[in-house]
Amino acid sequence: MTDAQTAPSADVPQGDVVLDVRDLVVEFKSGRQRVQAVSGVTFQVRRGETLGLVGESGCGKSTTGRTLVQVQPATSGTIDYRGQDLTEISGRKLRQLRTKIQMIFQDPISSLNPRRRIKDIVAEPLTIWHQGTKDERAAKVREMLEAVGIDPDAAGDRRPGEFSGGQCQRISIARALMADPDLLICDEPVSALDVSVQAQILNLLADLKTRFQLTMVFIAHDLAVVKNVSDRVAVMYLGKLVEVAGSDDLYREAAHPYTEALLASIPEPDPDHTSDHKALTGELPSPLNPPSGCRFRTRCPYAQERCASEEPLLRELAPGHQVACHFPVGPLASAAPSAGAQAD
Amino acid sequence: MIGRRRGGRTLEFKDIGSHDGPLLVVEDLHTAFRTGRGTVRAVDGVSFEVYEGKTLGIVGESGSGKTVLSRSIMGLLPPRDVLRSGTVHFGGHELTAMDEAELRDVWGAELSMIFQDPMTALNPVKRIGTQISESLVLHLDMDKKEAQSTAVELLRSVGIPSPEERVRWYPFQLSGGMRQRVMIAIALACAPRLVMADEPTTGLDVTVQAQILDLLADLQRERHMAVILVTHDLGVVATRADDIIVMYAGRIVERAPTRTLFRDTKMPYTRALMDSIPRLADPSGARLDAIAGRPPDLIHPPKGCRFAPRCHYARDKCREKDPPLRTVGSPDHLFACWYPLVDGVSTAPPVPVTLGDPAPSASVATAGADATTTDDPTEAEPAQ
Repeated sequence: MTDAQTAPSADVPQGDVVLDVRDLVVEFKSGRQRVQAVSGVTFQVRRGETLGLVGESGCGKSTTGRTLVQVQPATSGTIDYRGQDLTEISGRKLRQLRTKIQMIFQDPISSLNPRRRIKDIVAEPLTIWHQGTKDERAAKVREMLEAVGIDPDAAGDRRPGEFSGGQCQRISIARALMADPDLLICDEPVSALDVSVQAQILNLLADLKTRFQLTMVFIAHDLAVVKNVSDRVAVMYLGKLVEVAGSDDLYREAAHPYTEALLASIPEPDPDHTSDHKALTGELPSPLNPPSGCRFRTRCPYAQERCASEEPLLRELAPGHQVACHFPVGPLASAAPSAGAQAD
Repeated sequence: MIGRRRGGRTLEFKDIGSHDGPLLVVEDLHTAFRTGRGTVRAVDGVSFEVYEGKTLGIVGESGSGKTVLSRSIMGLLPPRDVLRSGTVHFGGHELTAMDEAELRDVWGAELSMIFQDPMTALNPVKRIGTQISESLVLHLDMDKKEAQSTAVELLRSVGIPSPEERVRWYPFQLSGGMRQRVMIAIALACAPRLVMADEPTTGLDVTVQAQILDLLADLQRERHMAVILVTHDLGVVATRADDIIVMYAGRIVERAPTRTLFRDTKMPYTRALMDSIPRLADPSGARLDAIAGRPPDLIHPPKGCRFAPRCHYARDKCREKDPPLRTVGSPDHLFACWYPLVDGVSTAPPVPVTLGDPAPSASVATAGADATTTDDPTEAEPAQ
């Protein structure tokens, strides 16, 4: 269905760009210091595609997601959504625009108000804008609950505490769809769920994406999950993007050592599975004091002197495949002599 | 290096290691809770053994009874609200016959537990060093100073950098992965013979998960411990367990040595759990073969096979008669299914009207094949 976008030549923005994020920086105050959670991130999301954003806890992926819906202000940079810079507008205008950009959160149970009934929770996006009559809203609630596989008659008058995590996530999705969004930001929507329920929710998201012609940003730490749902994947490390590629390309031709390590750490359900790569050692360095040069170098098995002195910039190794590494690995490594030459 | 430090000061369990036969024997264990709606039979007749130095994986969805099972074995459930029958023998001693005072001598010293959520399992207002040394003082009669220096060594052995300093930290100062390492240090402090790890890596990043599981495996080898690894993810136990038990609705539905379980899966539920995991080798956008529905209500479990309502292959017999746990051929491969899979294909007789049969989609058909061909990812490229 999205053949056009998944084709490896998806380099030039064909079709329109729904979301154009440029040089996004998000800073937090930490005591007297300032800590950068997101340090200059640039990416585009095209209409109808799913962009996966993957990385470890603390890499800034959730902060990026929250900035896209402007629940977290950007420190600098622009977020262009259909020609409007979200960082420029505020107040009612922003809230109105935000109905088109909806978010699904990681913890489905705590993101639903435990004291309200399901039908009121789901109706909320329309209620706050006084859209439609009461009956119209009720009809829409039914439609959306049915779309996510929840029986509106049985569930409508009940409260979130009576539902399992997977069902609560379905209800969150129904709520997110109420205002006819065209962009859906999913922040770790399945990481709190069992693998069996996870599969149900991933399939549901794929179905809804087709049915409602959604564009999605899918944030998660598990590359196998991200690969399953995404057309393109952006790998994030300590506030920066280190690799961006079509999801099948990323798996076949991972060029950044960090991507390689992420792939290696996924537990494959196969007793004879052996990974060629050792599990990543250590933890994410503190963003208060990021390493000089390449931020991954402190954990990188291939790091050399140059990695400490010079920051690698995101560059194109193959059409639609960008990497920020001086010494890329994998099948594309040999295809990238230009980087070495340019450095000398 | 922390050896087994036991100066004959503690309990009679010190010679558990010399006991012949399995380290842990669970026989026909039932555990039920009384609730307002009725009795929840969370564990319904479970039997298995764990041998010294081995790893047993217990796999199931939320609500399958796996967590209740592990707590019931430990004797951690309050006896007032819980109906328990059956026996648990540990090193020849019957845990199910012990009172709490006796169990306290076993907990931590010989049999310990790693909980899922280190933030709630650790005491937030005590330094981590104090929490580790607690059991050393209690079980091994160490003095405070000795216990503190052992705590530092334990933190070092679980890979915590600068342990001399960290030993005085509080749990909130550590990341999730570091907290789980502290939990492991606490669980291993007294060199137990068996460690029960209940979802030890759920909620952690995949990178940290790999580190924690590797750490646990290294320590296990070093100390010759037995480990029970409880998880919802077959991927977690695939390369780490010697044997796997699959639980469904309070019962064991399949049990086999790990490789046999994956290569010769008998129970459709086990197959379904495997197929619901997204595989890297599958092309992006491949539809996952999710298990429809949810595990049954354990107050009123369905008649016949409890998985039948969600099973692709269920026939009338499955809905009528409860399949016993049985073997075919190999005595160490047990399964509870009337129509076990043979080479991934159901032996259930075809239904007269095949239209309603939820035919496995293309991704399902390839999922089994991929297991043997993952070394060539280029083959998985989607046809254009």
